[in-house]
Amino acid sequence: MLNMTLHVGSTHTPEAVLFWVMAPMAVLAALGMLLVKKAVHSALLLAWVMITLAIFYIAEDALFLGIVQVVVYTGAVMMLFLFILMLVGVDSSDSLVENIKGQRPASILAAVGLAGLLLSLIARAVTHVDSIGLTAANSNGNVQGIAQELFTRYVWAFEVVSALLITAALGAMVLAHSERKHASQRQLSVDRFRKGSLAQTAGLPASGVYARHNAVDVPALLPDGSSAPTSISPTLKERGDIIESAPFELAPSVEEEN
Amino acid sequence: MTTRTDLVYLITLPLFSSAFLLLLGRIADKWGHFFATAISASTFGIGLYEFFAMRSRSGDSRAATQRIFEWISVGTFKVDASLLLDQLSICFVLLITGVGTLIHIYSIAYMSHDRDRRRFFAYLNLFVAAMLLLVLGDSYLNLYVGWEGVGLASYLLIGFWNERPAYATAAKKAFIANRVGDVGLSLAIMIAFTQFGSVTFAGVKDAAPHASSAALTALGAMLLLAAAGKSAQFPLQSWLGDAMAGPTPVSALIHAATMVTAGVYLITRSNFIFDASSTARLLVVIVGAITLLFGAIVGTAKDDIKKALAASTMSQIGYMILATGLGPVGYAFAIMHLLTHGFFKASMFLGAGSVMHGMNDEVNMRRYGGLGKVMPITAVTFGLGYLAIIGVPPFAGFYSKDKIIETALNAGGARGILLGGAALLGAAITAFYMTRVVVLTFTGKKRWADGTHPHESPSLMLIPIILLSVGSVASGFLLNKGNALVHWLAPVVNAAGAEGGKELLQPNVVSALALGVVVLGVLTAVLKYRGHVPVEAPAGSPLTRFARRDLGQDDFNHRVLVLPGQAITKSLVGMDFHFVDGIVRAVGWVLSYISVSLKKVQNGYVRSYALLMTVGAIALLATIWLVTL
Amino acid sequence: MDISNYIYLSAILFVIGAIGVVVRRNAIVVFMCVELMLNAANLAFVTFSRINGDLGGQIASFFTMVVAACEVVVGLAIIVTMYRSRRSASVDDASLLKR
Repeated sequence: MLNMTLHVGSTHTPEAVLFWVMAPMAVLAALGMLLVKKAVHSALLLAWVMITLAIFYIAEDALFLGIVQVVVYTGAVMMLFLFILMLVGVDSSDSLVENIKGQRPASILAAVGLAGLLLSLIARAVTHVDSIGLTAANSNGNVQGIAQELFTRYVWAFEVVSALLITAALGAMVLAHSERKHASQRQLSVDRFRKGSLAQTAGLPASGVYARHNAVDVPALLPDGSSAPTSISPTLKERGDIIESAPFELAPSVEEEN
Repeated sequence: MTTRTDLVYLITLPLFSSAFLLLLGRIADKWGHFFATAISASTFGIGLYEFFAMRSRSGDSRAATQRIFEWISVGTFKVDASLLLDQLSICFVLLITGVGTLIHIYSIAYMSHDRDRRRFFAYLNLFVAAMLLLVLGDSYLNLYVGWEGVGLASYLLIGFWNERPAYATAAKKAFIANRVGDVGLSLAIMIAFTQFGSVTFAGVKDAAPHASSAALTALGAMLLLAAAGKSAQFPLQSWLGDAMAGPTPVSALIHAATMVTAGVYLITRSNFIFDASSTARLLVVIVGAITLLFGAIVGTAKDDIKKALAASTMSQIGYMILATGLGPVGYAFAIMHLLTHGFFKASMFLGAGSVMHGMNDEVNMRRYGGLGKVMPITAVTFGLGYLAIIGVPPFAGFYSKDKIIETALNAGGARGILLGGAALLGAAITAFYMTRVVVLTFTGKKRWADGTHPHESPSLMLIPIILLSVGSVASGFLLNKGNALVHWLAPVVNAAGAEGGKELLQPNVVSALALGVVVLGVLTAVLKYRGHVPVEAPAGSPLTRFARRDLGQDDFNHRVLVLPGQAITKSLVGMDFHFVDGIVRAVGWVLSYISVSLKKVQNGYVRSYALLMTVGAIALLATIWLVTL
Repeated sequence: MDISNYIYLSAILFVIGAIGVVVRRNAIVVFMCVELMLNAANLAFVTFSRINGDLGGQIASFFTMVVAACEVVVGLAIIVTMYRSRRSASVDDASLLKR
């Protein structure tokens, strides 16, 4: 597209204009991402930075990469961010009051220091660099060139990265999966009807429902029809004064009826 | 110089016996005392043997040496553990072992009721060994070992009944006062080594004529300090009275006859130093004269019989020290007085012990009275010793003391008159207080406390006293016959050619003068104490009260030495706590402060850790930036 | 225009991202700043590939993008889990390692 032979110290004016218009906007957007209160605004500003970078990639003759930046990064990753933000709370905003002492001044200092060092190091490194340009490398087209590199020289890294992608997907699934702590109501009903007889489905009667007498020396009946041994005083048991409760238990025919 | 091989047994026999008895413990309780006495007697036997062997030799070969082993050899400092037995040391050896053996015999009976009798005898043997080492050492360093040994034995024996805190304190006081003197001896040894390069007597004697007078004076002054400490002379005399807390045989042996005379031995042995330095000699006579009078004044006011005898010892040793400062012939007279004093003072102490034994260990003379009838032998022997000490002819003290007074007067000029006058005054006061002791104890009406039944002591106690009093009678005469002792000691003290001095007064005149003041003192005492003696001590004149307080010696020591010493110690403790420990604490404090400050970095917030990582990355970049400059 | 201007821009964006990590409290915004840093690095890669005429820089950038995508997936899953248990997405909540 553009004439790509560049020398240090010169650039073609269109690219210069593009750069000097978009670069400050990118920096401002990045700063804004840092400073705005609402998280959603940060996400949108980051998306803007990414689009700017995609434009720069295309300007620098990395066509494939520029499109991939838009599709994968801005399209997929940033959207993922926005989904999660919505899950967490779209209105969630950080208070701008810093509660760690000295964090803000220290970070401003760190910013200045880091920027200064990086910029001066870069300045020292790139002053005598001649830019070769990508015309030769892109002679068959950018995509073909990348494919050529990717599937010959970097095929092993390619395979490893695809394994990484699969692992990441699995990991996300595992993390996002939540185990139920207790059975759902539907599951409970299903289990109840699978017990045995319908009689058990209805549950056992409460105590005293089928009681026939009220005497001290006759044992009480449990909900399933048998006699309760602890309902009689042990003294009576010792003296042999108990009357069996069998005559008083439900007759089987009575049970089946129910 | 002959070489003998049996000198070392004089020391090793009592030393091993002492260790033996101490280590065996209670097993040896039944026979320990006999064993110790036998050992002491055998050392006396060896001493006698050596004495006769020495007499059979003549001239330079009279002195005998024995090299035991090489002790110290460091660079130029070489000291052998060697013994030197010459005419001076043999006198001391015979005195120590002879009187020592008699006192061993006495103690068998005196300490018969004591559970720890065996330990007592072990300590007595230890003392004999140390004292013999002191007089037999051939160098100042060897002497020092013996010096320390007798200090130790004295401490152990004074505080023998250390269940009583007062006795233990008395022992400590004696040891500390001795220690001050020992500093003097250490410094003297150091001066000898640095100035003369040798610490043996022979070495120093050879080097003395070429030394600077400052070194000689310093050496003499330090030796005098050591002698003052050991012999209880002014200003280190405060311990002798309190040392009477020990059993009476101890007082007799150590604090009358032998240990306290070690100072006189030291000065006599170092005669070449004092001959060469007249300043040191002047200091010696001053100390001797002051102590002579000090002891006499204190002795007049003491009601405790042992303390009175102790003050008397202090005063008599003052005479000896005075004599050693009076020139070459003075040494011989000092030794003569030392030997005679050993006899009569030991016999008087043992007699006092006999009296105490009969009077339930009562020491207050105001509670005695009329004991002459009840304890005749004790009274007679004590009386003989009394006559000896006040200088009545022909008893021992007459010969020795008069010679000292005479030599003092002949010292010439104002010094002679002052010293002679002091000695005569001392003789008068001695007569006074000794007569007081005798009158209060043995004559007059009985003033006994209820329940005391005085009786004569057993023969095992009486026989040593009798033998010693024979000495107090005869020794003076024998030692002075034909100037025997002076000639015997002449090679050691360079007394040859010192006889011809200007005589102030004729010897007979001096004797008459001395006898006159003695009679004066005796009469005064008899008149004062012949009549009624109150049992409670009367208030007395200010001088009497001051003398009862030992002329303020303890108060002086307390104000001048103890309080400033404690102040220094307190300040050192404070400095140690605040400064030295303060530095250590400060180190700990600094470390803990650093750690507390660093702890604040761990606030748990991820963001601050992220900031730290960023700062770290910046540091790395900065390093790269600097390196690639 | 110097081609190195792109590198300077990349450095500036990187610094902004780094400080964003330190300053912001919302976990998701912190994550976004990390993404910004990665993007800045990508820009540098692409520029270097252009300087050297070698497509290797673009390949590296490509891989960085892939890895960043994985990282975002897993990281956001973690944030969601954190949010579920704590109902808050602030990074300051994880302060149990206090002194």
